Amino acid sequence: MDPEFLSRAQFALTISFHFIYPPISMGLGLLMVIMGLQYLRTKDPVWRQASFFWVKVYGLVFAMGIATGVVQEFQFGTNWADYSRYVGNVFGSLLAAEGVFAFFLEGGFLGLLLFGGHRLGPRMWLLATFLVVFGAHFSALWIIMANSWMQTPQGYELAQTQWGTQAFMTDFVAIVLTPSFLPRLLHTLVASWMVGASLVLSVSAWYLLKHKHQAFAKKSLALALWVFAVLSVLQLFVFGAQMAITVTNYQPVKLAAMEGLWQSQACAPMYLVGWVNETAQTTTGLSIPCLLSVLAYMNPQAVVQGLTTFPSDTWAPVNLTFQVYHIMIDLGFLFPLIGAIGIFFWWFGRQVYIVRPLLWVFVSTIVLTQVATISGWWTAEIGRQPWIVWNLLRTQDAVSPLLRGDQVLLSLLMFIVLYALLFALFIFLLNQKIQEGPEALTEEHLHASLPDTFREVFRQARASGE
Amino acid sequence: MSLNVIWFILFVIIISGYLILDGFDLGVGILHMFAAKTDTERRISLNSIGPIWDGNEVWLVVGGGVLFAAFPVVYAALFSGFYAAMMLVLLFLILRTVAIEFRSKRDQPRWRSLWDFIFALSSALLAFLYGVAFGNVISGVPLNQQGYIAINSVLDLLHPFALWMGVTTVALLALHGALYLNLKTTGAIQARVQKWTPLLMGAFAVCAALATVWMFIDQFPSALVYLQGWTLILPLLAALAFAGIFILERRGVEFWAFICSSAFVAFALFTLGAGLFPNLLRSTINPQYNLTIYNAASQENTLTVMLIIALIGMPFVLAYSAGVYYIFRGKVHLSPHSY
Ligand code: HDD
Ligand code: HEM
Ligand code: HEM
Repeated sequence: MDPEFLSRAQFALTISFHFIYPPISMGLGLLMVIMGLQYLRTKDPVWRQASFFWVKVYGLVFAMGIATGVVQEFQFGTNWADYSRYVGNVFGSLLAAEGVFAFFLEGGFLGLLLFGGHRLGPRMWLLATFLVVFGAHFSALWIIMANSWMQTPQGYELAQTQWGTQAFMTDFVAIVLTPSFLPRLLHTLVASWMVGASLVLSVSAWYLLKHKHQAFAKKSLALALWVFAVLSVLQLFVFGAQMAITVTNYQPVKLAAMEGLWQSQACAPMYLVGWVNETAQTTTGLSIPCLLSVLAYMNPQAVVQGLTTFPSDTWAPVNLTFQVYHIMIDLGFLFPLIGAIGIFFWWFGRQVYIVRPLLWVFVSTIVLTQVATISGWWTAEIGRQPWIVWNLLRTQDAVSPLLRGDQVLLSLLMFIVLYALLFALFIFLLNQKIQEGPEALTEEHLHASLPDTFREVFRQARASGE
Repeated sequence: MSLNVIWFILFVIIISGYLILDGFDLGVGILHMFAAKTDTERRISLNSIGPIWDGNEVWLVVGGGVLFAAFPVVYAALFSGFYAAMMLVLLFLILRTVAIEFRSKRDQPRWRSLWDFIFALSSALLAFLYGVAFGNVISGVPLNQQGYIAINSVLDLLHPFALWMGVTTVALLALHGALYLNLKTTGAIQARVQKWTPLLMGAFAVCAALATVWMFIDQFPSALVYLQGWTLILPLLAALAFAGIFILERRGVEFWAFICSSAFVAFALFTLGAGLFPNLLRSTINPQYNLTIYNAASQENTLTVMLIIALIGMPFVLAYSAGVYYIFRGKVHLSPHSY
């Protein structure tokens, strides 16, 4: 079989599986920091109970993130060796920086976070939480920087060496700040926070449905609901829109594929659902007239370039790009609606805790946000095809030259089996944690004199040492 | 000193850092089934590395990143050429991570002994694979003119010398792990590892001696370097560190014995590095195809930027790693919330 196709399948599988976990690390982490701050501010024990509960889930998620992340780091070399040579000067440094700056931070303090709840006072523990969560965001920053360079490369020059063409670094700042970096970073961070908020929302709604852990669940639900609602509106009108504008400006052929726009057109429509017939070069479906022109150029009469204005060997798989993009878009419209209804019922007499259908909707949000983020990445990556580095290097020229199909087939099968098992285990253990629920806090937990400043932490370490 | 040389040295240091730090995690894993018998003992064994193993593994990730950035041609050749071996490394890294994290999540003997076994097996096989990799780096690989490794199957990498290096590495890391467990535990576990330490030292010494003789009999170019010049000092320092383990261990100076074993790992790798220099990967087809720190490196701008990144980042890393180690120092105590 074709090693290129198999490598792409393997990359898509492994990165998509990896990306289930980091958004939770970032989003749930953010909420845990807020919970820690709330405890310091109000001294309401429910917040400390919440931190104790969520950190257990956090440990599980983080372990999965680590286990699957290492795979990503290696795969550039194993499957995309020609790519690695071509971009090593540029892309490699961003990846190395991610390790030096971010992974060490996470890895160093994760132990303290997971082990610390019953050993550290609330302030020091919050600090450990913050550092891990900060590390998670910081690692997202570097990897998204690297990815953005692949989407909108600049700050390099091409040189002919004995290894063929290589991209050499000419301007580090330009590499770091490629045009798509900031929009992509913000859009992904907001998406990740939504994922984290929806996990909390979903679990607390489930407790309310089962009449369990009411006090805890209400507090968590209200916090998560607000975060989710506000972010989903911002995502739709600010960050998502900004991302679309960026694609329009820098990757117009990708935008045309995302919307299935074949001919250039003023007042271009935006589809809600649709189907692209690639042979007949038509797109049919339910659309809102002129919205695409408005979204991309803030002007209903603006002309949006169609696919036919570009050579056909630079088109991505149009229908696939279209479909995954619209899954994200439709969910992007749905989330503010869910948020708004939730806030409405919260506002009026806190009905939100008892309206059962709404609670069931909340339970489903974790799946929906995950689907939205994965679809978004698939849009970005499949829409980038046939390029692996935009307008520079084609994916077909990037694959390791001596790799054989049977080797990749075996490793792909290994990942399929392994990841299916891991995912089943993950869900099983997550479910177990959720069924156990938050532990009741004893007086001892709340009033034990745990070390809560740097000096106390180090002094205690000495006392419990050899 | 040129940037290329600096990055070669830094790369060797990072790999040494990895093998010292994650090395004892792997060693604990290799000994896990034997040194710890009861559930409580196994939890102690796991908790001795629990809060720090992830940070240790990051050294590997950073090593990969640095190779990619500083010597992309080697990164491409090594990782694609050793494809099947790399996939196995990934498999065992994943299994080990999951085993450590999942084992104590359920209170059921079958569940726990399954993960104990997976933890031990994946640790041992990782150590073995790393050794095989070192073996191939020493003996050279069939690099072609395009700078790729032309092998037909993974079996080509499993030649007797590489396999022997695999065994040697398992012995070394088991010893390193035993010294670490000695430091972190009391009671039955400690008694067992203390009893085994001399045996492990003997086993490793025999393996290493044989490997050395083998290198000279087979005339690997990377071994012959030592017969000339100052590089001989590195293996001598390694031997000194090894003697240090023996002496300090008998005197019961646990901490310094462990430090000596760490120093030994570092000097062994420096020895390997010096033997290779200025090559990174030797070709068995034609020495002209060797990948060196010059022809396989990134260009100056990248190496400079990376150096700045390292100079900014590494002091922080060392400072807070030291802090975290300090907080978790001393013997392991179990609490209901440990692994
Ligand atoms: C909760 C998740 C979520 C939600 C609700 C949205 N997105 Fe999104 N989107 C992502 C999560 C995401 C993502 C996973 O984070 C992506 C993948 C790459 C990226 O930068 O962000 C993404 C990519 C992505 C891209 C492709 C970028 C590229 O090709 O380089 C566009 C054009 C948009 N988004 C636009 C939108 C719009 C207009 C939305 C509002 C309806 C929207 N997204 C909602
Ligand atoms: C986490 C979110 C991500 C997801 C879900 C994702 C998804 C995908 C998918 C589906 C493909 C296959 C496209 C195709 O073959 O048609 C792909 C390819 C690829 N992506 Fe991503 N990606 C993500 C992030 C990244 C990042 C951060 C990088 C680099 C830093 C990256 C680099 C690549 C590379 C090198 C390929 C292989 C070549 C190719 O097929 O284009 N991806 N990704
Ligand atoms: C192909 C691209 C990617 C590579 C090479 C990669 C690499 C890694 C590695 C090696 C780890 C484990 C670190 C450790 O041992 O502590 C990891 C974890 C992590 N990655 Fe990725 N990753 C990729 C894609 C992404 C993306 C797209 C994001 C976010 C937008 C992301 C965010 C994280 C975070 C936050 C963690 C910490 C662990 C966790 O939160 O679960 N990664 N990644």
